[in-house]
Amino acid sequence: MPQVELTGIERVFTLGDSEVHALRSLDLAIEAGEYVAVMGPSGSGKSTLLNLLGLLDRPNTGTYRLEGRDVTTLSAEEQAQVRRERIGFVFQSFHLVPRLTAAENVALPMMLAGIPVAERNARVGQALKDYGLASRADHRPDQLSGGQRQRVAIARATIMRPAMILADEPTGNLDRATGEDVMALLEGLNAGGVTLIVVTHDPVLGGRARRQVMMEDGGKVKDTGSA
Amino acid sequence: MRAGDVLRFAAGSATGSPLRTVLMVLAMSIGVAAVVMLTALGDGARRYVINEFSSLGSNLVIVLPGRSQTGGFNPANAITGTPRDLTVGDARAIQRAPSVLRTAPITVGTSEASYGGKLKDVTVVGTTAEYLEIRHLKVAQGRFLPAGDTGMSSSVVVLGAKIREELFGAEPALGRMLRVGDRRYRVIGVMGQSGQGLGMNADETVVLPVTAAQAMFNTNTLFRILVEAKSREAIPAALAETLEIVKARHDNEEDVTVITQDAVLATFDRILGVLTYGVAGIAGISLAVAGILVMNVMLVSVTQRTGEIGLLKALGAPGHTIRNAFLTEAALLSATGAMLGYLIGQGGAFALRLLFPTLPAYPPAWAVIAALATALGTGLLFGVMPARRAARLDAVQALSKR
Repeated sequence: MPQVELTGIERVFTLGDSEVHALRSLDLAIEAGEYVAVMGPSGSGKSTLLNLLGLLDRPNTGTYRLEGRDVTTLSAEEQAQVRRERIGFVFQSFHLVPRLTAAENVALPMMLAGIPVAERNARVGQALKDYGLASRADHRPDQLSGGQRQRVAIARATIMRPAMILADEPTGNLDRATGEDVMALLEGLNAGGVTLIVVTHDPVLGGRARRQVMMEDGGKVKDTGSA
Repeated sequence: MRAGDVLRFAAGSATGSPLRTVLMVLAMSIGVAAVVMLTALGDGARRYVINEFSSLGSNLVIVLPGRSQTGGFNPANAITGTPRDLTVGDARAIQRAPSVLRTAPITVGTSEASYGGKLKDVTVVGTTAEYLEIRHLKVAQGRFLPAGDTGMSSSVVVLGAKIREELFGAEPALGRMLRVGDRRYRVIGVMGQSGQGLGMNADETVVLPVTAAQAMFNTNTLFRILVEAKSREAIPAALAETLEIVKARHDNEEDVTVITQDAVLATFDRILGVLTYGVAGIAGISLAVAGILVMNVMLVSVTQRTGEIGLLKALGAPGHTIRNAFLTEAALLSATGAMLGYLIGQGGAFALRLLFPTLPAYPPAWAVIAALATALGTGLLFGVMPARRAARLDAVQALSKR
């Protein structure tokens, strides 16, 4: 059973009078532990696909099975719980809360999940140490470099031990060397068994993945590892 | 999300933008302070007037010469003429009514008092020994008018505290002869300090036996008869009996007005109470304005923090968690404003009491509770809409905003 199974997904946006098909009749299956790059030009629907995978958006038609469970029919509340426990997000612009320290940002998902403070602190301390941020725990995002910010964001994405990490242009706002570090970090997590799905328009970055899914005009045009 | 975390998160986002928070708390606190201070002023005025009337005595029924056509208390009664005199005899007759404890006839006029070359205009009150008891007055030195037959004019006088001080200074006054008008009177007592009472300051009067005063002013009529009922419950009976007795003595004609102190008190209480509600209402408007400001500030906050809200959703925060966080923030801001406003208001009331010591400017409990509740209520009410807007934000669009 694949971890992610999309069948017959359609996503239509209505802009004024015209309808835009962001995704059309898309089928996709991803096994647990895979490293997939979703590539394509802007407007190809790759971001929409990522939002669907992350349960931030719902398809107009089609089913999305996550770990064998149909998640498209879940209530907003249940979807939030799935996001909280199974999915980690990494964004191009980091999306750290500016008034919170690095440690507080990392602790945010655990706070939302209602995990007790003592356990939170222990896990945050461990995570910051693992990502080489122990000395930056009390710094706010504006006191951190871009690479450090993205590492805080990755620490936050993994703190709930999700089954799947969705990364949207994770190196888009970083220089080459820093981007290399961040990718190595994400690939290390993948090596540990976490499914890694990276959305990018950068062929070099996409080429690092073991499987490439090329998107164009809302549909899949090429899939190197089609299961 | 745990309640403690919601609280901490909301407090953090409030302190995250200090200027916005300070301005909002200030607006809310001004609203609450206005309510607390203005009601303190209104209620202080009410209590001041009530105290004034209470110091007149207790369980009082007052007989005024002249018939008031409309009934009740009418200032015109004090100046219009009367067909039949209200006399000392009337007072003595009322004394025998079953519900009446004691009576005191009063005649009032102005005259000159002189001692040792010093001359002073004084208010002369002619009355009997019962006056002391009815008015709850205290004698500081010597004694009050002798009890007994008021028909016998005796040449004694009791001085108000201020008169004694101004005419005698450090000299002992007891036993000295004081000239009032054309005659000389022996000082037998000095009154203790007392407050105002119906515009008559007892400190600036001299008290003579009623017959002596009537002789001085060459009149037979009285200014008032004070009647003290045996108890609070006996007041209506005393009023009826008084009226009946006077009517019988005045050729069966009802040519006096009888009022109870309670009726006068109740009227003033009502008027000034309504006034207090009025100023509370006006001040309450500022609370409503503050509530709208809370909404405005929270809406701006939601717009500014769109990205953060999107992130929270991506991290698995359900809509109600986000709504609660924003509502808690609104509640915190309102509560802080309300508390601060309460302290400012109490401080203002304290300053009023320092400036005007006679005015008991304490905010009534209902006003304080209403102000705090309204502040919290409006804060929450006007916080609901922004909080719901935040909870309903589309995560994808929220995240795409920088």
